[in-house]
Amino acid sequence: MRKIGLIIQREYLTRVKKKSFIVTTLLLPIAIFVVVIGVVLAINLSDKTQKILVWDETNFYTHKLDTSSSSYVFSYTDNASMQSDSALLSSSKADLLVHIFPAVPNRPDSVLMFKEGGVSLVVKEFISNTMNDVLQQHQMRLAGINAAQLDSIRDLSVQIRSFDVDKKQETDAEITSGIAYFMGFLIYMVIFIYGSGVMRGVMEEKTNRIAEVIISSVKPFELMMGKIIGIALVGLTQLALWVVLMLVLQTVASLFIPEMGALMQAAQGGNLAMAGGTAPELSADKLQMMTGLVNQPWGLIIFCFFFYFLGGYFLYASMFAAVGSLVNEDPQEAQQFTLPVTIPIIIGFIIMSSSASNPDSMASVVGSIVPFTSPIVMLSRIPFGVPTWQLILSMSLLVGMFLVMTWLSAKIYRTGILMYGKKITWKELLKWLRYR
Amino acid sequence: MLELNRLKKYYAGVKAVDGISFNIPEGGIFGLLGPNGAGKSTLLRMLTGITIPDEGEIRFKGALFNPSENTQLIGYMPEERGLYKKMKIGEQALYLAQLKGLSKQEATQRLQTWFDRLDMLSWWHKKVEDLSKGMSQKLQFVTTVVHQPAVLILDEPFSGLDPVNSDVIKKEIFNLAQAGTTIIFSTHRMEQVEEICNEIALINQGHLVVSGSVKTIREQYKEKEYRLRVDGALEGFSENLTATADGGYRFRYNNEQEIRALLQECLDRQVHITEFSEVLPGLHDIFIRLVEHGAVRQFQ
Repeated sequence: MRKIGLIIQREYLTRVKKKSFIVTTLLLPIAIFVVVIGVVLAINLSDKTQKILVWDETNFYTHKLDTSSSSYVFSYTDNASMQSDSALLSSSKADLLVHIFPAVPNRPDSVLMFKEGGVSLVVKEFISNTMNDVLQQHQMRLAGINAAQLDSIRDLSVQIRSFDVDKKQETDAEITSGIAYFMGFLIYMVIFIYGSGVMRGVMEEKTNRIAEVIISSVKPFELMMGKIIGIALVGLTQLALWVVLMLVLQTVASLFIPEMGALMQAAQGGNLAMAGGTAPELSADKLQMMTGLVNQPWGLIIFCFFFYFLGGYFLYASMFAAVGSLVNEDPQEAQQFTLPVTIPIIIGFIIMSSSASNPDSMASVVGSIVPFTSPIVMLSRIPFGVPTWQLILSMSLLVGMFLVMTWLSAKIYRTGILMYGKKITWKELLKWLRYR
Repeated sequence: MLELNRLKKYYAGVKAVDGISFNIPEGGIFGLLGPNGAGKSTLLRMLTGITIPDEGEIRFKGALFNPSENTQLIGYMPEERGLYKKMKIGEQALYLAQLKGLSKQEATQRLQTWFDRLDMLSWWHKKVEDLSKGMSQKLQFVTTVVHQPAVLILDEPFSGLDPVNSDVIKKEIFNLAQAGTTIIFSTHRMEQVEEICNEIALINQGHLVVSGSVKTIREQYKEKEYRLRVDGALEGFSENLTATADGGYRFRYNNEQEIRALLQECLDRQVHITEFSEVLPGLHDIFIRLVEHGAVRQFQ
């Protein structure tokens, strides 16, 4: 046991002390944070006012197109000098020219837009919506509906709130699905990143020719497990650091963006609001979102995350270790053996993508129980609630399969790691499994 | 001290080691010889516990021996050897020493002594990738012997070493043997064996060809021949005496009497003998003879 401890220690320390580890651990959350801030800033900055010139030959829309948005300003022309569309645009210094033809009064089916460099979809939709509004209002008035009535009709909107009867609390399908997807994706990522880390570590030991030196002191199984556990600890360290960093950054951000603070408060008071209490002044959407976020089964999600992270990682890490032990100098050789390992992970990812929005489909249920895909798929089902028997079955199968695969992988590993210069075939692998 | 009894290891139809038995005496340098692919490395891997024999047993000082439970007794430098390139030399040596069961403190102390002795102290904080091949071989040797193993197994220890470092390592091997370490030394280069080993085992195609002390084996396979050098020329002597290209003579004999007769004749004729020595075959020749004839016989 002391020896496996030494191996774990070495695997852990050499990785954690690496510059690349420190850089990625620190930079990733900062990078995400910077990107988010950047996107927010970019959206705010890009709100440059667009000047729209309207040449309305029908006169129907003239001075009626108005908007509360500061992004667009309308001006009108009768084009008395009869300039061409393009000349009109260039002489007016407007960003965009809207030319409305008199074809059919009230219903111009020929509206042309001119702009240097083409018209964006957003602008096109905005103009079409604005014109439709004018047209609709006009028609409504003709039908005898006044402005006040119109406004009250407009304000009608069905608000749906959903409740989970088991847990007697409010849920939010979008939020749950978002969390589900995020969890599944995270597991997929960590299995891939740290699993292939194990593979590279084994390949390094084999190509450096140190494997045989080490296994004259320790059993191959100890070396393999030491590496796998060491890298698992590296992964846990990295995840923990990311969580801490994210929390720090979030706190910093909420100091600068007051609305964040209010949202956090609302989140805590969310259930109160549902029970009829008053929450801070926030829109119904945001409140519901925060309530949905708070009402997740976080205890279960976090427990399952760690369980499936470790279970999935250990299941695949031993397989990656076996693959690493088969590779000689040429990393290309690894590919024929990595494929059977990576395909189940990818299948899991595909099932997860659909299961995040449809967690009770047959594929999701099966995928969340079969050990090779369960770590990824089950995580995406947890936020929606999973029957206990399925969870227990899935977990026990995962543990069982992890033991079986580790046992098989260790057999391949201990032979593969001493095989030099020979190309290894599938047939040979089967023989290795039978060696004493 | 080490007894190998009918060891067998088959790999997917290949009989890598097929029923080999021999004894390795305590405190000497034992040579394991054979061409590439003879089964040397498999045999050594069984001695170190890396591979488990299909059949047979290994005894250490009379008791059944499980090498993988007694790794601290064994120091093994495999033919395919290397180190972690990115690790610092001191850290790496400490790691390997601790894997052999030394405490960190003791390992540090012993390594410092070894590093000092082999002029390596200044390397402690360097990385392995910055070392030349000869230097890393020296480091490899130190990490193999630092835990003072009772049995030291060296697979082709001099391959890739320059003559200077080769001599340094050779000297240390002799020192260790003198201090009582049993050294098993595997190679396909026979001349090294004659120089270093007391006893050998010669294997080929998974079988033991011959084993015993180098002296006895050479004695056993000698071709009853003496080399003779004299001042001047010899004429009218026994017909068993033939001149060689280097100006000397070769004398083949059938019995001891013929030797005495030749020497008597030289004395009688007042020939001045400058050299008279028995020709013993080199291990290389013995090996070629045994293996080639054996191989031919096997095919016939």
